[in-house]
Amino acid sequence: MSAISPATGAFGKRERAALLDPILTNNPIGVQVLGICSALAVTTRIDKALVMGAGVILVTMLANLAVSLVRNHTPGSIRIIVQLAIIASLVIVFDQVLKATLYELSLELSVFVGLIITNCIVMGRAEGYAMSNPPGLSLLDGLGNGLGYALVLFLVAFFRELFGAGKVLGFVVLPLAKDGGWYVPNGLMLLAPSGLLLIAGLIWLLRTLKPELQEKD
Amino acid sequence: MEHYLNIAIRAVFLENMALAFFLGMCSFLACSKKVETAFGLGIAVVFVQVLTVPLNNLILTHLLKEGALGWASPALAKADLTFLSFILFIGTIAAAVQVVEMTVEKFAPALYTTLGVFLPLIAVNCVILGGSLFMQERDYTFAESAVFGVGSGVGFLVAIVAMAAVREKLAYSNPPAGLRGLGLTFVTAGLISIAFMMFSGIQL
Repeated sequence: MSAISPATGAFGKRERAALLDPILTNNPIGVQVLGICSALAVTTRIDKALVMGAGVILVTMLANLAVSLVRNHTPGSIRIIVQLAIIASLVIVFDQVLKATLYELSLELSVFVGLIITNCIVMGRAEGYAMSNPPGLSLLDGLGNGLGYALVLFLVAFFRELFGAGKVLGFVVLPLAKDGGWYVPNGLMLLAPSGLLLIAGLIWLLRTLKPELQEKD
Repeated sequence: MEHYLNIAIRAVFLENMALAFFLGMCSFLACSKKVETAFGLGIAVVFVQVLTVPLNNLILTHLLKEGALGWASPALAKADLTFLSFILFIGTIAAAVQVVEMTVEKFAPALYTTLGVFLPLIAVNCVILGGSLFMQERDYTFAESAVFGVGSGVGFLVAIVAMAAVREKLAYSNPPAGLRGLGLTFVTAGLISIAFMMFSGIQL
């Protein structure tokens, strides 16, 4: 937190906290354990993880902004359905844009783009932050949480692609044995369980560095 | 017949919603501390899944697909509204959950006390929406979608009960401080997921 660039110095303290806290100290995946649902299945390759991360950043940001703008006109009893309608519309827009620009990738992401709707981070931030804060702060909070989420996704995808296929973003880093190199890929990295085990490792690391996050019981 | 059995087996074991696709992870982790709670949530998921997947299948084939609205007016014969599927699916799910909740409360109060707390949670559970989206992606017929609904729901039930049973025992373990609680839960989920991989290759 000490290395904040002068550019963000114009920000007030609250703005800075809204943007930067969720990236490390209060990371939505590592600390709050939200939004793992639809995410891990897309982390077999970095490009898939990056597109998914971009989707969640955009949706969380804009959903937070929209929910915050209408927060004083939304009756409490129907707020969930209002939030769901806003989020679902944003996801439809993202899905259509993705299909129009990156069709191949959208096929590989299959249902997981649609599942951003039920991603707990988006809902959680809309309900927990945007309903009680002004639009500007909510936008930053959405951006921060989206970035925190994308960061974890990127880290998991980095390790899975590197050790599973010997590549980073499609470029060969560890030449595979079957192509005349020396690296024998770890097939487990491309299968579902490795995602869970890598997240466990990340949480372990995070909690060892920050002992105050450890669970007591 | 074999075709349907195959869909069901695939949905329960091979393509398990929680362990192969990571769907419903939030409630999978949050509600798996005790077998009893896990079982309640699992049953509620099966219940809602069995209702919503076929229901969404009907909506998809009779309202959204290209030409599905042809009966209303010839001008709509070429309308393709499938891009609206997300918002209609989530609407159907929210409405179905509400109806199920009210029906169960009225006619089966005992069941309501067990399921009651979980039902609202389920409206935003990825398993439910995921089931409907997989149904759309794989182009299931009505009968296939009914079978898939049962299978995917039961798959989640099996996974979360197995998880809860292991976690009850884990309470007596002595892991490193940083791994305690959440970290260990992820490791357990990973190991159960590896165990479920032994089913791969089963074909009926």
